[in-house]
Amino acid sequence: MPAFFRHHLLHVSAFALLMALVPFMVTSRYYLNLFIFIGIHTLLTLGLNLLMGYAGQISLGHAAFFGLGAYTSGILTVTYHVSPWPAMGAAVLVTIMVALVIGVPTLKLTGYYLGMATLGFGIIVNICFRELSGITGGPSGLVGIPPLSLGGVVLDEPRYVYYLIWGVTLGALAVSLNIVDSRVGRALRAIHDSEVAARASGVDTARLKIWVFVVSAAYASLAGSLYAHFVTFISPSSFGFMFSVKLVTMVVVGGMASVWGAVFGAATLTALPEVLAAFHDYEILIFGFILMVVMIFLPQGLTRGFLDLAERWRFYRRGIPAAKV
Amino acid sequence: MVSDRVLLETESLSKSFGGVHAVQEVSFSVRQGQIKGIIGPNGAGKTTLFNLITGVYRPDRGSIRFDGERCAGLAPHQMAERGIARTFQNVELFERMSVLENVMVGRHPRTRAGFISAAFRLGGARGEERLIREKALEILGFVGIVDKAEWVSSALPFGLQRVLEIARALATEPRLLLLDEPASGLNAVETRDLGRLLGRIRDRGITVLLVEHDMSLTMEICDEILVMDYGRRLAEGTPREIQRHPQVIAAYLGEELVA
Repeated sequence: MPAFFRHHLLHVSAFALLMALVPFMVTSRYYLNLFIFIGIHTLLTLGLNLLMGYAGQISLGHAAFFGLGAYTSGILTVTYHVSPWPAMGAAVLVTIMVALVIGVPTLKLTGYYLGMATLGFGIIVNICFRELSGITGGPSGLVGIPPLSLGGVVLDEPRYVYYLIWGVTLGALAVSLNIVDSRVGRALRAIHDSEVAARASGVDTARLKIWVFVVSAAYASLAGSLYAHFVTFISPSSFGFMFSVKLVTMVVVGGMASVWGAVFGAATLTALPEVLAAFHDYEILIFGFILMVVMIFLPQGLTRGFLDLAERWRFYRRGIPAAKV
Repeated sequence: MVSDRVLLETESLSKSFGGVHAVQEVSFSVRQGQIKGIIGPNGAGKTTLFNLITGVYRPDRGSIRFDGERCAGLAPHQMAERGIARTFQNVELFERMSVLENVMVGRHPRTRAGFISAAFRLGGARGEERLIREKALEILGFVGIVDKAEWVSSALPFGLQRVLEIARALATEPRLLLLDEPASGLNAVETRDLGRLLGRIRDRGITVLLVEHDMSLTMEICDEILVMDYGRRLAEGTPREIQRHPQVIAAYLGEELVA
């Protein structure tokens, strides 16, 4: 057993086992697809959570990185007939380059200004998807993206795709847990709480913020490629501002700075619109409302909120004062 | 204890904000092993001087030498790497992290594990993580709050928050420790304990430079004092010399000494 997994072995493997059983319990194609989307959204939320929840840097343009992954994979495989796996690797590299170019100037900003800058970036990228029709297929999108294959097996069955996507997502989950619980993870949280003190403690905050921005963009790119090869058709509307807001909502609902919360937030907000299908036209209203309610009443997010209660109780019994909220 | 070796030396250091000359032509030095105090009325430029030394501000003019090396214009984290640590006038803790974790962050400049080795929990990173924890616990023991290692730092009483901030600074293994009004907000007992702690820190071979308003503490523990007024160096000398310095009495200590 590599040390990589040993750290959170029990939790991650129990969760993996549970997720491995899903395709046996869920036979309907509709629900299996829903679980696949939860996997993709979890991967996205895990990355955004490292940036927002841990390092405290907001991104309102994360859908752009998701789109960059999807479009790079799509264009390379459809137009240039590159095979899917190398295309996916290339997509991650392209996204990392873009994240570096965007991150170096914008991460000097803080708070609202960073929000505005990433918002602008997201909008620009979306316009590019829409207008560069020679390359991206324009508003009507890109069709005929081939599915991934593994060991000679073409992954065109939802069940296979499910295992692939959740495999990647669980790997990302383990990586996130490891990062959070390390020297780097502590430094990220330190930046969140007091950037000036983090710098005085020897943390190169500028560099670390760029690192976490790039890592979180890479997560999004990977999710984008997996998405493109699963749905085989992509169009600009999937990568717009609204989706960026949805991702932020997932992080907030799950709880800032909680890796497991990311899973919970992604699952809740992916399943919710399906449950509320009748209110489809009001989806964005409902999302906005949820965001407001959580921010007002449970600013630590649902999972964190409950965990805090549990932790307070545990500390209370041992006579240790817990965090003031 | 105090050697003749100059650890920190500034020359004609100046910094203005708009039209305000916060620090003007300040030249002074700190010798290895000293506890040196900086006093002066509010707005005298003491905190600005700290921010220049720790790399928060870049000086307009003048030079800073630390252990012989020119270091004006370096970033704060680079100053921490070179061995200058500090605390803040308004305590700056990582409020949502535990007491132990706060000190563990202080180990940052002395450790190496990056994103990749952390992400895959490679061997080196795990060994390092254990050492970080041990060292942080040792420092908490040294300052006397190891029993509160698991507390969330914001739950500590204010006096101990100041102690924790010093512990975090010590974790960076500084050669020079800068304390910005460490006694402000402390009661008499806490101030006395702080004085003792500073003595023990000096005994560890760490040079201390502090800005302080508490005169009795400053006069008692400092080997030397720099007096600032209106951004300038007004006087420098032993506490005894400073207390008798006519300009200092006029500018700053007058009322207290008369009373």
